Amino acid sequence: MITHHLDIEAAEFTAATGWEIKPEGACKADICVPLGPGAFNVGSTAERLGMAVVHDPNAGMWALGPESFSGRALATAQAPELVLSDLAGNEFRLSSLRGQKVVLVAWAPY
Amino acid sequence: MVTASLELSGPDASRAYIEAAAAEHPSLLDPTHLLDSLFGVVNIPNVVWIDEDGIIVRPPEPGWPADPAILRPAALQRSGTSSGERADDDDPEAQRRRRLMELLGSGQDRAAYADAIRDWVTNGPDSPYRLAPDEVVAASQPRSKAVSEAAAHFELGNHLWHDGQRDGAIRHFNAANRLQPGNWTYKRQAWSLVGNERVGGERGRFVQGPLPGEEADWPFESDFATDVHKLELGQYYPKTI
Repeated sequence: MITHHLDIEAAEFTAATGWEIKPEGACKADICVPLGPGAFNVGSTAERLGMAVVHDPNAGMWALGPESFSGRALATAQAPELVLSDLAGNEFRLSSLRGQKVVLVAWAPY
Repeated sequence: MVTASLELSGPDASRAYIEAAAAEHPSLLDPTHLLDSLFGVVNIPNVVWIDEDGIIVRPPEPGWPADPAILRPAALQRSGTSSGERADDDDPEAQRRRRLMELLGSGQDRAAYADAIRDWVTNGPDSPYRLAPDEVVAASQPRSKAVSEAAAHFELGNHLWHDGQRDGAIRHFNAANRLQPGNWTYKRQAWSLVGNERVGGERGRFVQGPLPGEEADWPFESDFATDVHKLELGQYYPKTI
């Protein structure tokens, strides 16, 4: 997640990371990570989720890395939502294939 | 089946391959390497199996179709730091190229991979290749705070590259590669951007190291051939099937 400031709202954080801020904590799929009392704060939330925060002062930007609190790339076997587009710009959601087996292949032209 | 191309330079880099395949399945573009951050993909090709309930039953792992004609090493044989000229068997450069191909061809059983998928498609939960949820989590890539930091640097590098801030982008790509040296998609993506700048054409993106005589001008701290040669057999595409 790229941001030009760290004063972001919970909704923006959720849209970029998939982690929804609820009373019980930051939640995604079948996992909720408690955040403690108080209003949403991106710094403490990132710390709790094990998200690195990298600042590039020359560019005036920060980037948040993905969560690392579980020590594994997959904290759960529930597939995360994946939203990507095809060559024509058509948006595709992985969840639209629920009910079918899916073989997801990562490739690259290099 | 769903495919996703991890390429940040734009859709045209992937277009010829997608159009040649004329696939009926979704053929997607992943210009920010979401598959790295969301699933733990660290090399290509990588394959993830997901069941009807949206549960991952095999985490990202090296996988291929049965047809060996489209396997990656054939393309890589023409890339790297070598001049591409023919050399006899005693030539050290020829030996180094042979070792590179040996390293890339070791590990995962390419021919058996598609059969394993077919077994799962036929037998579902009874397939021996289906992993339980806790096994999936345990078999997914390790992720430390340093790996998260690598992803953040890669995202900044991607952003700055598109913004024309080339030097800043390369600083972040180098940082990502230092923090997560086992992430080949980050490394190969970054190296290929510069290789493509210098060579272009069909081969440019496979040139992932300095051309002969241009070593001092290579802006990265390593390159494809150097890093692969540091591995043991079976480490580039680890055997999981």
